[in-house]
Amino acid sequence: MRKFELLDGLVVPLDRANVDTDAIIPKQFLKSIKRSGFGPNAFDEWRYLDHGEPGMDNGKRPLNKEFVLNQPRYQGAQILLVRENFGCGSSREHAPWALEDYGFRVIIAPSFADIFFNNCFKNGLLPIRLDADKVDALFKAVEANVGYKLKVDLGLQAITAPDGTVYKFEVDAFRKHCLLNGLDDIGLTLQHVEDIKAFEAKHRAAQPWLFA
Amino acid sequence: MNAKTLYDKLWDSHVVRQEADGTALIYIDRHLVHEVTSPQAFEGLKLARRKPWRTGSMLAVPDHNVPTTHRAAGIADPISRIQVETLDANCAEFGVVEFKMNDIRQGIVHVIGPEQGATLPGMTVVCGDSHTSTHGAFAALAHGIGTSEVEHVMATQCLVAKKSKAMLVKVEGALGKGVTAKDVALAVIGTIGTAGGTGYAIEFAGSAIRALSMEGRMTLCNMAIEAGARAGMVAADETTLAYIKGRPFAPQGEQWDKAVAYWRTLHSDAGAQFDAVVELDAAGIRPQVTWGTSPEMVTSIDGRVPDPASAPDAVRRSDWERALAYMDLKANTPIGEIRIDKVFIGSCTNGRIEDMRAAAAVARGRKVAANVKLAMVVPGSGLVKAQAEKEGLDKVFIEAGFEWRDPGCSMCLAMNDDRLEPGERCAATSNRNFEGRQGQGGRTHLVSPAMAAAAAIAGHFIDVSKE
Ligand code: SF4
Repeated sequence: MRKFELLDGLVVPLDRANVDTDAIIPKQFLKSIKRSGFGPNAFDEWRYLDHGEPGMDNGKRPLNKEFVLNQPRYQGAQILLVRENFGCGSSREHAPWALEDYGFRVIIAPSFADIFFNNCFKNGLLPIRLDADKVDALFKAVEANVGYKLKVDLGLQAITAPDGTVYKFEVDAFRKHCLLNGLDDIGLTLQHVEDIKAFEAKHRAAQPWLFA
Repeated sequence: MNAKTLYDKLWDSHVVRQEADGTALIYIDRHLVHEVTSPQAFEGLKLARRKPWRTGSMLAVPDHNVPTTHRAAGIADPISRIQVETLDANCAEFGVVEFKMNDIRQGIVHVIGPEQGATLPGMTVVCGDSHTSTHGAFAALAHGIGTSEVEHVMATQCLVAKKSKAMLVKVEGALGKGVTAKDVALAVIGTIGTAGGTGYAIEFAGSAIRALSMEGRMTLCNMAIEAGARAGMVAADETTLAYIKGRPFAPQGEQWDKAVAYWRTLHSDAGAQFDAVVELDAAGIRPQVTWGTSPEMVTSIDGRVPDPASAPDAVRRSDWERALAYMDLKANTPIGEIRIDKVFIGSCTNGRIEDMRAAAAVARGRKVAANVKLAMVVPGSGLVKAQAEKEGLDKVFIEAGFEWRDPGCSMCLAMNDDRLEPGERCAATSNRNFEGRQGQGGRTHLVSPAMAAAAAIAGHFIDVSKE
């Protein structure tokens, strides 16, 4: 997994609540058996005017110029600013894969759907919860200032705005550790093989039918 | 002080390790696998030269990509075909039990687990699919996981997780005529919102829930995720035990007795504390119909499409406006005046035998309206299909003008050929009405099977309780 420590990144505002995983990556792209290459199809139905299918040359497709990700001032954005309940819907990890492949490293929202939130950490993406009024203030600032960037420091758990405002955020110690060090959590869990085996033996003795 | 919730009991009995920051290593009893979210996990496992910890905990089935017609000819779409073949190859390589596409036991992963008795009370159940919450109907702790976690569970039999808060949703009283578990699910979501359950595990309780069949409880738990909760659950009782007994993967003989003694303890203790409690009056729930592009955008069949001007805040006002534009609906239109183009009866929410019976009871001896271009019934599994045919339900549907298909996810998410064309409006018994869910530009209204069948006959939404 890619490490995350510090980022000084351009922000793009996607002013919608309840953005679901079908919108982040439509199902036709879920047929891939790979983990990479989903970026050009992130937000496919909003980004392009035609219907996208796997295998198309996305560079030749007509763009929806109205959609915020397509506006020249937001090209190269690494921070996605959204409204509440971002990532609701399915458990598809293709959603964080697509966002990461597009170039995002941080998503800021008042709230996230649980499974999506979890999936982000497994893929080097940092989802940050901020109070709705702070998110609202950021929306206003981004829209008012071309080239608006934020500094995100995972170690300090702080976002610094160009005007010097600092927004602190919460993150689980374990997730922070994994993200800061780019650690694969399977390897970490396998350090506890003996614990797992001991638990399994006890569990099997108590409920043998689970192991039939 | 020692009173525990059902969720506490399920959680506590699976903690392998507890870390200081609140995360825990949780042991997983049942791992269900399907073709869409597993290939990258199997690949990761192979790249790291790891083996599944316990293949006996796994049960695999292709469901999302499979065609619902002419199945003997195989899958026409080459990309879908590769995905299903990849599952077959991975299961063969690692010795995972799989019900292949032409096996009569094949079906939607959340239908076949319970049907086989592979979902049991007291289990932790995971699957790379958000509707894994369905299995909580059996007093199991069941929730969806992402593909990295699928790989993690394969490799370690465990999941790194943090305990959620507990919410009690209590529905007391008797449901009215024509009102089903689906209507309860939609009413709950309409009450608490699609993010209302975020961070919670929901236990559904109360006399109305106890009166539901296992299939109804599955429908309800299935949609816990649409209320934002990863897990939904119902305490084990006689209904649970009667459903499980004799199923292929269920314990037998002495093991059965031992299991039952344990399962009877799987309920919240009197006096157990919940972090949130929501109460609904069963008698007040009417047949529900969604009008927008999120399951919380729902009202009853007696209602009207709301006016965004009356939205509680600015964010919601613009959401409603966007939803009405997408759905091509005008504010204040009576729900009963919305005409439909297609009907989809099926999915892991409502693709079980009782759903087939409820829809057939409405369709019997009648005809699908002329304005309805396609009304399809897709059983949730091969065994549901066989049972329905034994009862003659297929004939009821076919005579009424419905199509009777082979089992799979089908038009719930339209990964196969079953989909809405841009602008088409559908009465669907599935669980998500997101933009483009059933096909780009398609418009989905979520309803119960009886309501969907009634809409097919009338050509527009109609109150099935007055039929
Ligand atoms: S029926 Fe629909 S919701 Fe259920 S597993 Fe299949 S695609 Fe997902």
